[in-house]
Amino acid sequence: MKKVIMGNHAVSYGVKASGVKVISAYPITPQTQIVELLSEMCANGEIDAKFIKVESEHSALTAVVGASAAGVRAFTATSSQGLLLMHEILHWAVGARLPIVLTNVNRSVGPPWSIWTDQNDSLSQRDTGWLQLYCESNQETQDTIVQAFKIAETVRLPVMLVLDAFFLSHTYEIVDILEPNDVKKFLPPYETDIRIDVEHPHAFGNLAGPDTYFELRFMIQKAMEEARDVVKKVDAEFKEHFGRGYGVVQPYRCDDADLILVTSGTIASTSRVIIDEMRDEGIKIGSLKIRLFRPFPFDEVYEVLSKAKKVAVIDRNISFGHHGIFFQEIKSALYGRTDVPIIGYIVGIGGRDVTPKVIREIAEKALNDENPERDINWIGVKM
Amino acid sequence: MIEIRTHGRGGQGAVIASEILADAFFREDKYVQAFPAFGVERRGAPVMAFTRVSENEIRERCQIYEPDHLIVLDPILIETVNITSGLKDGGWIIINTNRDMSDSPLLDRYRIATVDANRIAVKHGLGSRATPIVNTAILGAFSSATGLVGLDAVLGAVEGFVPLKKEENALATREAYESVSTLSRK
Repeated sequence: MKKVIMGNHAVSYGVKASGVKVISAYPITPQTQIVELLSEMCANGEIDAKFIKVESEHSALTAVVGASAAGVRAFTATSSQGLLLMHEILHWAVGARLPIVLTNVNRSVGPPWSIWTDQNDSLSQRDTGWLQLYCESNQETQDTIVQAFKIAETVRLPVMLVLDAFFLSHTYEIVDILEPNDVKKFLPPYETDIRIDVEHPHAFGNLAGPDTYFELRFMIQKAMEEARDVVKKVDAEFKEHFGRGYGVVQPYRCDDADLILVTSGTIASTSRVIIDEMRDEGIKIGSLKIRLFRPFPFDEVYEVLSKAKKVAVIDRNISFGHHGIFFQEIKSALYGRTDVPIIGYIVGIGGRDVTPKVIREIAEKALNDENPERDINWIGVKM
Repeated sequence: MIEIRTHGRGGQGAVIASEILADAFFREDKYVQAFPAFGVERRGAPVMAFTRVSENEIRERCQIYEPDHLIVLDPILIETVNITSGLKDGGWIIINTNRDMSDSPLLDRYRIATVDANRIAVKHGLGSRATPIVNTAILGAFSSATGLVGLDAVLGAVEGFVPLKKEENALATREAYESVSTLSRK
């Protein structure tokens, strides 16, 4: 059924459709409506799940870790400082190989306090071992939740789904809402033999000496490498069931493009307005949205970008003392494989609006600057 | 694409108005998008919300700077906020006021529709006399003045969106639809 709903509620409907058994969360703007609606659904029996209220995000993820270790599908949502408070347990969920799904609504980190969007909260969790998927529409957000559980349970790693504060979380638009009964065929109830079971006691999270820990880390990396294909396979299967698919990257009008803009999140959506506008003017330009950030889709990125004459990476984040984080990732993906120039642009931090005009400014700079500052160009700084 | 910006104060229901309006257009098979310019949420502070309507999928995910039309829930905002910033010539300004605006300089460039949404809201028990909730009434005026979206679609959206006093809200929408006055120099 199609309905006009907000991005946060699209997440809730995705969780409802996934047959989740345990939800634990601590409210934080701008994700609050996700768990607010889920707690209502739990209270009125719309979903058969236990909602566990806790006193902090650290406890929320810990409760979800416990539930997942006991062999049930479990979910949490957070933002910004909340995600940072979860940091220790983010690592734990990976080491314990728990197929948890977490939604992070990108919110800038304080101080100074900000409730508006940028990607530094989720990107600073890059090396925890969570898969990360960045969404651009409410429909994609709902659908990706359902996909995320299937991916997580296949590779036994947790998945973080990421969306922009306000520009997506609080945006109302049309969503074809998934019916739990239709989803069951795609995502059957979760069953696992590896779980805490009082009838069959096992030790979990034991001490691992130097003779075994190394191999366990090797296995996580192997699972991550395998996840690249699993994400693609699950997306293709979802498309067979529901007619919608998103890929690991999304190229737009890239085939003969001289310049390709690399984007993520809502900026990916807005940028296509400018791609069409400039194409109408005869400028050969395209865009590449990175949907899957971890594991990084090296080959798909190479395949698209190696054909361009120039690449401009748009980052709504910054690694202080280095550059934009997507910029680093793209450079690393192309290193030694092509010498296409890559230029980095920083925009939109702290929720500064990224309009079609801003994207056009970047495209024109990238096309026309003879000797651009390659690594870092700040767009719109008022200094 | 039609872009509509709603100006109000915290507590008047500007954000919900933008969402109900989007839902009303959706009921007439349009692509829609609505979202607030999120600030510090407190009663009385100026707030803005945006609605986009299109025959095609909407890809812009940013604020509206050059709206086609405005909805203004508090007429005092006209004196304190540059509400017409970027408004396209000939655009409608739907204002909640009991004043006669036929002398307004805004009429040099724009069309104005006025409705006494405060009175209508109070009459139907929506909010209090000091802080009436005027969002459902003003949308009736929008529908009537602009003709862009039908009354039935607005009433359907109101019914779907408001959690309480569904009937009273519907009556307010209908009354505003019928009592709006429109002004234009063209």
